[in-house]
Amino acid sequence: MTAADLLRSDLRLITEMVPPGSRVLDLGCGDGSLMAHLRDEKGCTVRGVDLSPEDIASALARGLSVVQIDLDEGLTGYRDDSFDFVVLSQTLQVVRRPAFVVREMLRVGCHGIVTFPNFGHWRVRGYLALRGRMPVSRSIPFTWYDTPNIHHTTITDFREFVTANGAVIEREVPLATSGWAGSARPVRVWPNLLADTAVALVKRA
Amino acid sequence: MNAVSSPSGPQTIELTGGVDLVSGRRLEHVVVTYETFGTLDEYAANAVLVCHALSGDAHVATGPDRFGEEQPGWWDPVVGPGKAIDTEKYFVICANVLGGCSGTTGPGSADPVTKTPYGLRFPLVTVEDMVDVQITLLDHLGVERLACVAGGSMGGMQALALARRYPERVASVAAIATTWRLAAQAIAFNEVGRTAILGDPTFADGDYYEHGQPSHGLAVARMIGHITYLSDDSMRDKFGRRLRDRVEHAFEFVTEFEVESYLAYQGRKFVERFDANTYLYMTKAMDYFDLSAQHGSLADALAEVRARFLVLSFSSDWLFPTYQARELVDALKAADAEVSFAEIESPYGHDAFLLEPEQQRRYLEPFLARVVAEERGRAAPAGSAAHGRGGDGR
Repeated sequence: MTAADLLRSDLRLITEMVPPGSRVLDLGCGDGSLMAHLRDEKGCTVRGVDLSPEDIASALARGLSVVQIDLDEGLTGYRDDSFDFVVLSQTLQVVRRPAFVVREMLRVGCHGIVTFPNFGHWRVRGYLALRGRMPVSRSIPFTWYDTPNIHHTTITDFREFVTANGAVIEREVPLATSGWAGSARPVRVWPNLLADTAVALVKRA
Repeated sequence: MNAVSSPSGPQTIELTGGVDLVSGRRLEHVVVTYETFGTLDEYAANAVLVCHALSGDAHVATGPDRFGEEQPGWWDPVVGPGKAIDTEKYFVICANVLGGCSGTTGPGSADPVTKTPYGLRFPLVTVEDMVDVQITLLDHLGVERLACVAGGSMGGMQALALARRYPERVASVAAIATTWRLAAQAIAFNEVGRTAILGDPTFADGDYYEHGQPSHGLAVARMIGHITYLSDDSMRDKFGRRLRDRVEHAFEFVTEFEVESYLAYQGRKFVERFDANTYLYMTKAMDYFDLSAQHGSLADALAEVRARFLVLSFSSDWLFPTYQARELVDALKAADAEVSFAEIESPYGHDAFLLEPEQQRRYLEPFLARVVAEERGRAAPAGSAAHGRGGDGR
């Protein structure tokens, strides 16, 4: 088993999108597993941002540099275009100001990689349509009253959101996953219905 | 340097060659008192310099004092065997700063020319001067490169200054409850403290060593200091409006409230161990400290730093508030330095760096362990250590 196998499926896809030697900023980097992987396997220069003390401590143990900031307050300090890639993985839906966060991403980075759970997935639609209740699923595992996810989006909505914020999608990979560390296969037809997760590579328009 | 017992107890060296100060003045004779804890490893890769704050000294952790008696150190919860800065793993050095009053040359030391205490004839020293002296001490100890320089408050300022002045000599910096320059509020409090000392009738232009120091002024300065080290929350918790040893008001100007009694006690205790002139010099050094001095911006000033930084602030510290730590972190980011930052939730105000060992340990321990491992990898003969390339099982 390689280190990449231990990464969450969407993170594995990110590592494939990032060329060796890139400068990468990981927003909501968690314990730093993606950063460590990019540094050790691809020789990338990596920096991270997170809020959780536990995660920052874990990242420090890996020799990573992580700054505790609230993404909703922007990426102060980082110079324009100082990164090749800025990663926002499973975090867009938890911020208060998604548009501002994405603009900040594309200010400091040439490319952004955004991954998010797709609220348009058939299970989510079915849950709401058939049960009449707020959807709880593997990729959205929270009840409505304690969810950190305050800005759910669908793949279709995300496309519109990107355009509205002066950016373009360079590549979009809709995924059907089966468990966090399990397999993920790209979805080729009806992505907004059949993909539970999406990975999008974006840049300024 | 081998065969140093651990902990060393107070050691003293004289710096031959004198010290040229930032002010342009020069001190011909400088003595430094320092202590070490733990042992320098075979690669000299585990040295950690701890810098003390305004009222600290070289006795950072438990060890013998100058009478050979075991005494706890001023940062005992953080430095010692098995603690965040583990003296079983690291070689910890702490020296009394230049201008101090605990064994290193300061205003209370005898001027070699007149054979009487310098008093105010002692030149003003800066945080940079303190750091220069510590570097000379490291030369003496055979420590070419520090794995880490760590400190809280004024100690953090020294850590930052050292990383900027000697980028090749330090692998990492732990700057805690500190700032890159004092804001007007902090300078204001320092000035009130100095005014209390300077206005004490026994101050005698600093030449009080014969008849005894300006205890009242120094005690007032310390009381003000202590207010700035606490927080509204911690004072409310610790004292509230409780009266000491009485149930009713005395209707006299006597110590009644618990908080009054606490401040009076802190003032008295301080006067017994600290020199008023040193208080003047230390607060001035802090007021002058500005990491961005002689540069267009703080980021420019930090362009040459090589160290990896860990910056920690405390949520209730209003002396050096989190926003100042963030300014430092932002400048380090802009300078493309490796910087980690966390704000620790604590009710204890500025004093939290002395009172929150576990919360600091959470970050300090992994940070230091990793830096020292990398330093060993760097110092070890090529091929003998595979470092930083784990997790690859192919």
